[in-house]
Amino acid sequence: MKNERKGEIIFSEYERGSALKKLKKLTRQDILFELKNSGLKGRGGAGFPISTKWMLAGAAISDEKYIICNADEGEPGTFKDRVLLVEYPELVFEGMVIGGFTIGAKNGIVYLRGEYEYLLKSLEDYLETMRKENMLGKNILGIKNFDFDIKIFLGSSAYVCGEETALIESLEGHRGEARNRPPYPVNTGFNGKPTVVNNVETLCCVPHIIIKGSEWFKKFGTKKSTGTKLFSVSGDCEKPGVYELEFGITIKELLNIVKAENTKAVQVGGASGKCYPKSEFDRKLAFEDAPTGGSIIIFNENRDMLKVLENFMEFFVEESCGQCTPCRIGNVKLLEGVKSIENGTYTFGQINKLKELGKTMQVASKCGLGQASPNPFLSILENFKDEIFAYKVGRENGKQ
Amino acid sequence: MLIEEKTSLSEEIEHLVDLYGKDRSALLRILQNIQRNHRYISDYAQQEVARHLNIHPVEVYSVISFYAYLNSEPKGKYIIRLCKTISCDMKDKTSIQKAIERELGIKFGATTKDKKFTIEFANCIGMCDQAPAMSINERVYTNLTPEKAIQIINELK
Repeated sequence: MKNERKGEIIFSEYERGSALKKLKKLTRQDILFELKNSGLKGRGGAGFPISTKWMLAGAAISDEKYIICNADEGEPGTFKDRVLLVEYPELVFEGMVIGGFTIGAKNGIVYLRGEYEYLLKSLEDYLETMRKENMLGKNILGIKNFDFDIKIFLGSSAYVCGEETALIESLEGHRGEARNRPPYPVNTGFNGKPTVVNNVETLCCVPHIIIKGSEWFKKFGTKKSTGTKLFSVSGDCEKPGVYELEFGITIKELLNIVKAENTKAVQVGGASGKCYPKSEFDRKLAFEDAPTGGSIIIFNENRDMLKVLENFMEFFVEESCGQCTPCRIGNVKLLEGVKSIENGTYTFGQINKLKELGKTMQVASKCGLGQASPNPFLSILENFKDEIFAYKVGRENGKQ
Repeated sequence: MLIEEKTSLSEEIEHLVDLYGKDRSALLRILQNIQRNHRYISDYAQQEVARHLNIHPVEVYSVISFYAYLNSEPKGKYIIRLCKTISCDMKDKTSIQKAIERELGIKFGATTKDKKFTIEFANCIGMCDQAPAMSINERVYTNLTPEKAIQIINELK
């Protein structure tokens, strides 16, 4: 299965352990410089530069530091981390070891989402092999005083735990409720120690950059979004799956690659992303234009966008942790709004108020969940208003 | 709960605490193990865990109630979770839902009388490219049809 995948960076050829063997010749500054020069940004969706995170955590003074791999991909329509963990565990774990070396951490933790429990055994086995080959453990590959080991921690199904501070709370044995920031995890993270939390895909880029250099990495993608991105494509298309494509590819080009026909809309970035109509298919998938953590959901002409929106809002109502009011109550109100459109009891005054509420949630929610959950509501109601509000008339006339 | 059951549960929890430690960060792991072995975490188990970790039982309960995969109410031996998020929904998860409901004679959210099956919905389980998908305990089944789903369930009966 592995040979079938084609890609310029992550899916390109990589000899197991080669980046770790190169570590001996490198200093922390070398690695930080390469990463900074490469422009590698966090692949989870937020796009924070990895070099800044590592530099801050590296500069923090503490006897204990942690590097955490965020494998809690819960965004609807995302499954790239599953593929990486199954087919490319060497990149994930070696990325973590390099992170440990750079920031001076001795412990790595993989936070694996509860839904992926079936991967646990093979990952544990892989770590054991790495230990035997001294890629983990004490004085790794002959580098004096460089000790590092990785543990896998299983989640128990909570979407919000993909948020880094909620993830840390969960690791500490609490409810996965986001923390106030500052302090940031790079100073005060897991058990109060400096902690770096990186997405699986981000870590997978690191060994390649170490081997092939940042100049090579920068050749791909756009100026502001360097490198490639893994896209998890699902919905109405002939070839769903994970694709590694350069940043800057347009939605239209992507649709051609996955053989999608009669496409009406594309949800970029999962439930918390935005929905783009046909007229915007020339938009580029990159941090500066249409940002995404990789989830691409395709809807064809026959899909009822109001139903789609309802599905998203139900998701957020269930997954909101309930800690802050805008998110806890806001999502329920937005869902009620969708239902009132569905059964034709809405007024435009109400809908406009809900749009205002959505904007309030974007600024007033405590973490990314509530800040992003109004996105589908606002973008679908805006981009598909003709269809949605005509729908109601259709229903009243007994057409639906 | 019978006294024998209580004793064996206490022993089990003691063993888990030895394994994972008394630190608060061990809490989730301990609860996950109890959940895996018993399909739910009883009041008694919650109290025992709280006692060992030296926290209030309500803290334990608050963690259980937060995570979708931890339960404080008894569940069936097999917990069937059908993904209901968008990609699976678009690939007709409703027909699978109906088929399972008919076959087991219960609605989603319920447990069969013989305590063998619990059926519930899950939010995205990361199998969108092979939708519709469901999981039964730890295993995942993809590209389902109503017929295939029922066949899988019948093999467990």
